[in-house]
Amino acid sequence: MTPRNPQEEIAARIVALAQARGATASEATLAEGDEFEVNVRLGEVETLKEAGSRAAGVRLLFGQRVGSAYTSDLSEEGLARMVASAAGLAQISTEDPFAGLPDEAELGSLPGDLLLYSSSVENLEAAYKIEQARACEAAALAADPRITNSEGAGFGSNTGWRAFANSLGFLGSYRSSSCSLSVVPVAASGDGLQRDYWYSTARSHDKLEAPEYIGKKAAERLLRRLGARKAATQKVPVILDPIVARSMVGHVFSAVTGEAVWQKASFLAGLLGERIAAPGITILDDATMPGLFGTSPFDDEGVPSRCTPVVEDGYLRNYLLNSYTARKLGMKTTGNASRGVTGNAGTGHGTLYLQPGEQTPEQIISSVKNGLYVTELLGSGVNIVNGDYSRGAAGLWIENGQLTWPVHEITISGNLRRMLEQIEAVGNDLEFRGSVACPTLLIGEMTVSGH
Amino acid sequence: MGFSDSLYARKFGLTPRDLERYLAEALSRGGDYADLYFEYVESTSLSLDESIVKSATQGVTLGVGIRVLSGERTGYAYSGDLSPERVLKAARTAACIAAGPSTVLKSGLDESGRLDLYPVPVPAADCSLAERVALITRADTAARAADSKVFQVMASFADSIKQILIATSDGRLVWDRQPMARLNVTALARAADGRVEHGYQGGGGRVGLDHFTSQNLPEKFAAEAVRQALVQLDAEPAPAGEMTVVLGPGWPGILLHEAVGHGLEADFNRKNVSAFSGRIGQLVASPLCTVIDDGAMASRRGSLNVDDEGTPTQQNVLIENGVLRGYLQDKLSSRLLGSATTGNGRREDYQNIPMPRMTNTYMMAGESDPDEIVRSVPNGLYCTTFGGGQVDITSGNFVFSATESYLIENGKLTRPVRGATLIGNGPEAMKFISMVGNDLRLDEGVGICGKEGQSVPVGVGIPTVKIDKITVGGNA
Repeated sequence: MTPRNPQEEIAARIVALAQARGATASEATLAEGDEFEVNVRLGEVETLKEAGSRAAGVRLLFGQRVGSAYTSDLSEEGLARMVASAAGLAQISTEDPFAGLPDEAELGSLPGDLLLYSSSVENLEAAYKIEQARACEAAALAADPRITNSEGAGFGSNTGWRAFANSLGFLGSYRSSSCSLSVVPVAASGDGLQRDYWYSTARSHDKLEAPEYIGKKAAERLLRRLGARKAATQKVPVILDPIVARSMVGHVFSAVTGEAVWQKASFLAGLLGERIAAPGITILDDATMPGLFGTSPFDDEGVPSRCTPVVEDGYLRNYLLNSYTARKLGMKTTGNASRGVTGNAGTGHGTLYLQPGEQTPEQIISSVKNGLYVTELLGSGVNIVNGDYSRGAAGLWIENGQLTWPVHEITISGNLRRMLEQIEAVGNDLEFRGSVACPTLLIGEMTVSGH
Repeated sequence: MGFSDSLYARKFGLTPRDLERYLAEALSRGGDYADLYFEYVESTSLSLDESIVKSATQGVTLGVGIRVLSGERTGYAYSGDLSPERVLKAARTAACIAAGPSTVLKSGLDESGRLDLYPVPVPAADCSLAERVALITRADTAARAADSKVFQVMASFADSIKQILIATSDGRLVWDRQPMARLNVTALARAADGRVEHGYQGGGGRVGLDHFTSQNLPEKFAAEAVRQALVQLDAEPAPAGEMTVVLGPGWPGILLHEAVGHGLEADFNRKNVSAFSGRIGQLVASPLCTVIDDGAMASRRGSLNVDDEGTPTQQNVLIENGVLRGYLQDKLSSRLLGSATTGNGRREDYQNIPMPRMTNTYMMAGESDPDEIVRSVPNGLYCTTFGGGQVDITSGNFVFSATESYLIENGKLTRPVRGATLIGNGPEAMKFISMVGNDLRLDEGVGICGKEGQSVPVGVGIPTVKIDKITVGGNA
């Protein structure tokens, strides 16, 4: 194939160098990015950062032996050194009968404009971005006299290219953009300080939430935390708001990656086709929806993106695979290969989301007599191997169907397997904010540890 | 070694004149201070599973970050290309933050002194790949031989050499060579009933390969990973609620990192957003607690000869006999607060702005016998291995997750219990420490600390301590 741009030229050049060195197969990635970031605090610009960078990587095979290397030196000598380094590493690796590239027939790219890039992001003036951050912070500070401080508001924008080539003739590239606006207001109450945040992120500028809305929303989230205290230790229903519910979808992802499954390091290994979640629960991995963060024309092995149902009506339908884990499991790749610029591919996801239900969040809250509404989770107490779950939490206590007093310094615990089975309600409030999305979830019973 | 012998002079032909020119460009629109941070990193990582070396990767990254300070404002730009045009362009971009008269650039750069904490005559990067592969194959063999319940082993070895050069507009010129090496072993074990658990052990520091071939042998890592997996196979659900917790020595020092360390970083305190803001001189822990952050320890993962702003590291007392003594400073915060620098200005790499960070954070040993500490607890939990932690520095609430714990019943360790997260509030939780052991131990060298998207290597350490009351998030 003929390169269509300088990025593809470099990727193709690397593959040519690798093949010339005697590699039986090779693949190359080029990543290029420009970033801009401004932070404003209490109305004044605090930091302003602007720069660009490029890096390339190669992975090559000599038979069933693999070596990888990367460099930020994209000169001809730099690329040649990188390929030589990878070739040397292949000599010390061990033959892996499953190593390889995807089958030629599996390669390809989604056609059409996936709306990953918008020139609206590149064309924004620095002064405008500073004003957006200022307005966002001002809205948060103006919301209530108790909000007297801030960790600042930030506007960030990124544009970049990614090109990929392999020795089976795949050559492709895509350009992407993103912008984001966020704020972290701080408030004091009698018993100490609290902070909260809100943010918006989008591939094009017009999809970004307004600064005033983001500021107000952060302020609302913050104000309801003031005066938080511990709750008593007890077993109660727990509602996860959409921001924290996303982490549940993330844990399911970790448990259905090909690596976790073939290594049997997952509480969902070996359960394909079985019921693993409550009836009605459907989780999709869709990398084809135009304009979203999980979308791309092809994965990081050159396999076209697609929509894969992970869980359907509570049944585990698919693992998420790259070509290696597919071969290990005797299955087909699902186009979920992911990596930086080099190395064996790992597993990534497209836009991974849990399908919305019928109830409004208010209806779900009103169905709980005594329970916890979680708005923040802290820490990493999740064990994907056995499903054990124990994390720090903050939120609001629910009494007789109403959100009442703020709670913090507690943990919620359970086991992911049981938690998925005990999802008793799913909200209608699905929003795509980043590449993982989930509506409000009600989990029938978890242990709250407090005083 | 003079500047002319440094990598940047030899490999890239940089001269002090070039550096002065870049600094002058950075201050061309005003500003109080500018610095240049050059970074050249060579790294190798090798990994094995199913007894097969499946992945071997090497790479080089190179770049320069340029910073301009003007009052409380920071302008930053970087370039992965060291050609003079690119560096000057980055300097001009960083300069845009400033407006007004420039503080006059001190004429000339003086080569500054630095410590020599990690001489490492033969860094891992200079050893053959075969020697490094041998470490992970030895770990794999040992773990598989350790117990028939082990069915899967993953081992990896990663090493890097980072060469940095820092030039500042106040006339400082300093460079450093920073080696790092780390071995990781994960073992999966299956019980007769089909239940699967995993165990992990890792370690290393600013050391060479000899660290792993003399004392910290791969077989020790393997045995520990297998031991942990087997203990988990027997573990029952952990209890829930407030109780007495005894932390074992070493890695449980993550308590200090989360409960007080982050909250004492000067940027948060300068902005009054930390639960510790304005509390210097106040009692924030039990009088038994003295907490240190020390970047100047030999060979440790969190150690640095100079921090990433060129300031030599040192031992800093954060809490002395329970009283808050000081914050962790970088240049910007120390200037704005009028405090001395502490050598805690750190950054992930040349693409990132430095900020106050921890190095090696530990609690001084106390006087109690560790066995006596456990004997003093009628009912409680003994936690000896942890995963990660996190803190909300504003409320002070922190968590850290135990991965190996035992019930204490009538002063004795009895049954192992499964993972549980501990939660507390920074300025309050450490007031409940009622006994401190005489057995201070530092961790094995695995810590990675994240802040505002930047990761840096850190160390922790703690003796056995008894916390009379903390909330345990079990599920029993």
